[in-house]
Amino acid sequence: MSKYTDHLGRPLVAITGLGVVSSLGQGKEENWAALTSGTSGIHTITRFELDNLRTQIAGTVDFLEESSKGASALSQKLASLAAEEAIAQAGFPVDDFGGPLFLAAPPVELEWRNRFALDALVKSEGEPGYDLLLAACRRGPQVDMFNTVEFGYIAECLADTFGTRGLPVTLSTACASGATAIQLGVEAIRRGESDRVLSIGTDGSVSAEALIRFSLLSALSTQNEPAHKAAKPFSKDRDGFVMAEGSGALVLESLESAIARGANILGIMRGCGEKADDFHRTRSKPDGSPAIGAVRAALDDAGIKEDAIDYINAHGTSTPENDKMEYLALSTVFGERISSLPVSSNKSMIGHTLTAAGAIEAVFSVLTIQTGTIPPTINYDNPDPAIVMDVVPNVKREASVSSVLSSSFGFGGQNTCLVMTAEPN
Amino acid sequence: MQNNTVVITGIGLISSLGEGADAHWEAFNGQAEPRTDSETFRPYTVHPLGEVDWNNQIPKRGDQRQMETWQRIGTYTAGLALQDAGIKDDEALCSTMDMVVAAGGGERDVTVDKQILAEARVRNDLGTMLNEKLSTELRPTLFLAQLSNLLAGNISIVHKVTGSSRTFMGEEGAGISAIDTAVARIRSGQSTHALVGGAYNSEHPDMLLGYELNGMLKTDGWAPLWQREATAGGGIVTGSGGAFLVLESADHAKKRGARAYAAIEGVYSTQIRRGRDDLTETVAKLVGAASADKAADLIISGASGAKGITAAEKSALDTFSSSVVRGVAGKLGHLREAQFSLVVGLAALSLFKGSAFPPIDAENEKAGPASIDTALATSIGGTRGEGVARLVKA
Repeated sequence: MSKYTDHLGRPLVAITGLGVVSSLGQGKEENWAALTSGTSGIHTITRFELDNLRTQIAGTVDFLEESSKGASALSQKLASLAAEEAIAQAGFPVDDFGGPLFLAAPPVELEWRNRFALDALVKSEGEPGYDLLLAACRRGPQVDMFNTVEFGYIAECLADTFGTRGLPVTLSTACASGATAIQLGVEAIRRGESDRVLSIGTDGSVSAEALIRFSLLSALSTQNEPAHKAAKPFSKDRDGFVMAEGSGALVLESLESAIARGANILGIMRGCGEKADDFHRTRSKPDGSPAIGAVRAALDDAGIKEDAIDYINAHGTSTPENDKMEYLALSTVFGERISSLPVSSNKSMIGHTLTAAGAIEAVFSVLTIQTGTIPPTINYDNPDPAIVMDVVPNVKREASVSSVLSSSFGFGGQNTCLVMTAEPN
Repeated sequence: MQNNTVVITGIGLISSLGEGADAHWEAFNGQAEPRTDSETFRPYTVHPLGEVDWNNQIPKRGDQRQMETWQRIGTYTAGLALQDAGIKDDEALCSTMDMVVAAGGGERDVTVDKQILAEARVRNDLGTMLNEKLSTELRPTLFLAQLSNLLAGNISIVHKVTGSSRTFMGEEGAGISAIDTAVARIRSGQSTHALVGGAYNSEHPDMLLGYELNGMLKTDGWAPLWQREATAGGGIVTGSGGAFLVLESADHAKKRGARAYAAIEGVYSTQIRRGRDDLTETVAKLVGAASADKAADLIISGASGAKGITAAEKSALDTFSSSVVRGVAGKLGHLREAQFSLVVGLAALSLFKGSAFPPIDAENEKAGPASIDTALATSIGGTRGEGVARLVKA
């Protein structure tokens, strides 16, 4: 084990750039100020009509020009803003990053506004339906609409803007996507394929249809009033997650090359672990073994014991199922210590940013290490007696944090955890 | 870091040509015309999926009901690949197996969409109407049945592959990156065995719409792959099907006595800006890199048929004088995300059999050499993403 390699002789991976956008604002500074002061970004939705909707709240990003232009345009803009901040902090040229891109992006479909626009072109020709939509296309290409349904489009735009190298990877592992983008980047550096990577998680896909889809699965909180109280992870009266938007970007580098170029090291991405669940499409295996496996795999990969973890940035979605299962997993791995180990959920304030969550929460985890401030779990007014954890209730806490576990669990049995530390060893 | 040889030990295929590696080998060696359907989605032609008894690989009806067709195709094909590799139902091997799936998604409910389009013509309160219709008409579990990462999710549930689960998106490029990533992980020792592949359902109007927004589909019936430049529409004829591969380190395969079809020596990929960079030159460079010391005996091309793009690929391949090329989309259609795993699988199968199958488009493809020991597989995305794999006899 040299200065630049880990317990398995692999290159250590440094974090040298961070960028973030959420409903709380744009950039690390704005976000961190709001997050550590216990501010909620959840609000009543204004983007679309709310009639007939059981859930009428979300953590949408409404302050951008692209906020009203559809999921593809907004997801791209969010990713772009976060990436620019991260690359600039790392000190690389923002138009010539020089390493590969791993992008977690939401799977989006043709927007209704576009379907209606296509139908309007041909409505004199017969009954509405796909035959006619296809006929409308035969009148001439709809390139802008086409781009929104091509899953590879956003990454191509980002690759061009930031000068990343090679064929970018666009991925989705549901609510673990952001963590997977980081994991893929870490693995590429460990293989020596590049000395730097750009990992981004982005999601700007809150629409009426997306909300209804989650609503039909009974996954969303319906506590619309007051909106800022709806996301209440680990509370007894939690009733679902709150959809949200945002983006997180990280520049990861081999420690050796970061030090060689005199970069400011923000932290170390020490380990990544995953384990898929084979139990059910939306529910976890009752014994929690896949989530437990993912936590243990991340600790093993990082080469540290559970007692070295100072803080857990929880997935903490505020659904009855997730929080119960997450507690089961964490209490199994950390034993009795879980009752005194700080565990907080950023989602209590920013909501569930879905595809972006793992990346945004990794950014906040590194900021926790850097600043020694643990963001709280807000809306913790009515603790779930079955979840005996120190959730850093309602108010931030100052503490020396040198290692963080960040967990992500998603539909489709996706479980991915990350371990970040202040120091290489 | 390790430098393991990566071998293919399982091939799962289904398409309009049938089911399984052997059925495909026979179909490509036979003289039968491609199976097409030019009526259902007129003026578009598709290569429809052959008869499949889903129970063979997805025994629980409940599981089948939870999937839209592309997920079902993929889950079924993944089962074929595992079975072919002798891994199916081996709990120890499946629970440690890595998985990378190249996925599209979004098989929407055509009936509900049609109702909404009809309402939209007569109502002014579009937002309210959308909420009302979607809330009451959508089947709650449809979301999961169309969600991109749930193909992998279903493979975990049905086949118990749970070592890891990653879903790549981005059309043909996703298929290229999926194999590239799995190969790189096995070569370097980050993984010992992996399931990789994808699936595509051409028989859904929303899938056709995804292409036709950019005018990419052929509209005047089927024609040989390399002869579509002057035909009507955009050149692509899609096909329904799936292609999954089991990749392993040679050591891992040997220890368990597994048969290896071929070894993947390298994956060469890039993504140029098509409006700015020269595609022919790019393909030539990739094929050149993949032919480093010795030109390949056979090139299984994943050319989609897209006008201009397929012509550019052909002119690049034509510069390699010895090349025997087979454009397989001419026989079973374009499978988009699954295209790269399809051509890599067919290249491996050809190496295992030791020869090239006969030309599919005899006017544009040469007869093959009596024996082969290297093969390339290409997938040049209809819009973006370019990749070539080099395979050798195991």
